Amino acid sequence: MTMSRRQFVGSVAGAGITSLAAPHFLSAQPSEPIRIGLLAAKTGPLASGGIDMDLALTMFLRERENTLAGRKVELIVADTAGVPATARTKAQELVEKNNVHCIIGPLAAFEALAIADYLTEKEMPTLGVAAAEDMTQRHPSPWFVRLTSTSAQCAYPLADYAAKELKYKRIVTIADDFAYGHEMCAGFQRSFEDSGGKIIQKIFTPLATPDYGSYVAQVKTGDAIFLGTAGSNGFRFLRQFIEYGLKDKMAVIGGMTALDESVLRNMGDEALGILTTSWYSAELDNPLNKAFAPAFRKQFKYDPGYYAGSTYVSGEVLEVALKSIKANVEDKKALMAAIRGSNADTVRGVIKFDGSGNAIGNVYIRKVTKSDGRLVNSVIKTYPDVTQFWTYDKAAFLKNPVYSRDYPPAQNLEQ
Amino acid sequence: MKWIGVALVAGSLLLPPLFAGDFYINLASQILIAAIFALSLNLLVGFGGMTSLGHASYLGVGAYISALLTSRYGFGHGAAALLSIVGTTAMAAFFGVIALRASGLGFLMITLALSQVLWGLAYRMSNVTNGDNGIAGLTRPAPFGISLDSPISFYWFALIVATFALVMMATFVSSAFGSSLKGVRDQPRRMAALGFNPWLIRWITFVYAGFWGGVAGLLYVYYHKYMHPTSLSTTSSAEALLGVIAGGSGTLGGPAVGAALVVLLKNYVSAYLERWNMLLGLVFLFIVLVTPTGIVPGVSRLTTRLRGGER
Repeated sequence: MTMSRRQFVGSVAGAGITSLAAPHFLSAQPSEPIRIGLLAAKTGPLASGGIDMDLALTMFLRERENTLAGRKVELIVADTAGVPATARTKAQELVEKNNVHCIIGPLAAFEALAIADYLTEKEMPTLGVAAAEDMTQRHPSPWFVRLTSTSAQCAYPLADYAAKELKYKRIVTIADDFAYGHEMCAGFQRSFEDSGGKIIQKIFTPLATPDYGSYVAQVKTGDAIFLGTAGSNGFRFLRQFIEYGLKDKMAVIGGMTALDESVLRNMGDEALGILTTSWYSAELDNPLNKAFAPAFRKQFKYDPGYYAGSTYVSGEVLEVALKSIKANVEDKKALMAAIRGSNADTVRGVIKFDGSGNAIGNVYIRKVTKSDGRLVNSVIKTYPDVTQFWTYDKAAFLKNPVYSRDYPPAQNLEQ
Repeated sequence: MKWIGVALVAGSLLLPPLFAGDFYINLASQILIAAIFALSLNLLVGFGGMTSLGHASYLGVGAYISALLTSRYGFGHGAAALLSIVGTTAMAAFFGVIALRASGLGFLMITLALSQVLWGLAYRMSNVTNGDNGIAGLTRPAPFGISLDSPISFYWFALIVATFALVMMATFVSSAFGSSLKGVRDQPRRMAALGFNPWLIRWITFVYAGFWGGVAGLLYVYYHKYMHPTSLSTTSSAEALLGVIAGGSGTLGGPAVGAALVVLLKNYVSAYLERWNMLLGLVFLFIVLVTPTGIVPGVSRLTTRLRGGER
């Protein structure tokens, strides 16, 4: 049964390396391998992100010859198809059938929320990617950490930058009409208005919008428009925005997925000069990323972005944690404590975890520029050690309701 | 011969919990839920000749009502289950009046449109349904104080409900009313001439199918402990319809077999095969080409032919 299993260890490319080093492993490996489960949407509308997650993690393990902290690793990838019910069945499969020691992923908030209770109940160490705010705020789990960012975590610094350095006063926000978009725009609005700016219009578009024409026509003229979109929506909106000649009238700035590297590779020069914010950029100038990003590009012909970065960082954090517990993954409590205390140096910079398991790390303001004939997100400013609470008091923050379409209320909308 | 078959089926249903791991028991529970759902759709498609592409409405609404009542309004599971079944059945009664104005392709399009309306509502009315985030933190009921939280206890629960559902639907179609339903399917004009009211017969069947769709929805939400608008999507309806057609519409065992096939392909084979949805398509193509009436009728025809050959 396990023969036909899509396991990394069994893959042809991995087998070559493993067989060369096999004698060494046999002597050094008293126990069975560490089993890591990856929940990624590899089919359906979220597939491009999910495939990147798989590629980057596979690459991470291959670079280490499938061995972390001296113990062999087996990667089991389960396809959630971007459907919550399937994500749950797949999580059960990883836990109950494959007996994994920890889980990485999944990508979408609704997938993560569908399995959160289950993973907590099964006490399964989880390194999350999805951004839903409350998973590390009002409903944290002792078994969950997030290595990326909450929906709003990266939006705060951009709002600060827009108000203080770009001197924008009036901004329009547009985002996908689901929690990720709501939460990101709410965080952006809060930080921007606290710095003296005004959100004059908030537009939310359905996740699957075939034509943005009617929304582009609604946009009021302000200093800038903030794109809180995910997937290819930012790219599609922007194309129509430019066709309507609006890019000459107002600036465009974007959240952490709006002009992700995976979107950027489909765009032309019209994207030049757009500012976005993220916890990662393929252009980051640190030794780890200088090795990772070019290697990824060499292998797959495009830059790693949010999704590839997320699982690579997961691998790095996991490796540090495993080293500190001597790869004894059977002790789940110790593993979880080690993950939370890892303070790992990763391709996104050093990340720590706060008390609720959310990453504290650098957030980068990036500008689309051209380098070697392709568009890249070059870093123009670093906000160091940004937390999910930004500059706000944690206790007061948690007393408020979770960010939504209507909270915090927009006071400055123009009719 | 027939008893051997019955014993085989009963054995395969009663034995899994004794040796299989949790994952397989959970898979079996999902098959049972999908089977109830497919059986209820089969009342319309197979016995009533009314092909519906919106049956997920009943599963989704039944599940949503229970999820909302228990999580948001503090209802107990008993009251919530009752209200959810009543609500779903009432909705089926109303939708039936609208959908049965047409037949054939028109009927299919109306059911599709109605289910799309509900799907859209579930997505967009985020202050009620919590939209794309779904409703999390749900619990399973504990009938007579027996907790259903373990995979095995839930399996037994689902098996009891599924058996009851199968018996009830079998009784329905083998009753005199069931015969008139088949009559209306094949010869509506003649039935009308004989003094039957085809519309009423269809409508009652529609409501009854909606009722069992709601029951499947309850089990669905108990099983997943999470609710998301995708449960109301056309994909959800279409999967059930595929199960009915693949297994053999108009038979009692067929939809259950077809539903099991869909669940297994979707949740089990997908672990071994990246392009599992392509395989799903190929399997259905194969079924349609080889046994156009579905697996169960095809297999029984095969066995009779084999037995005939032996003689």
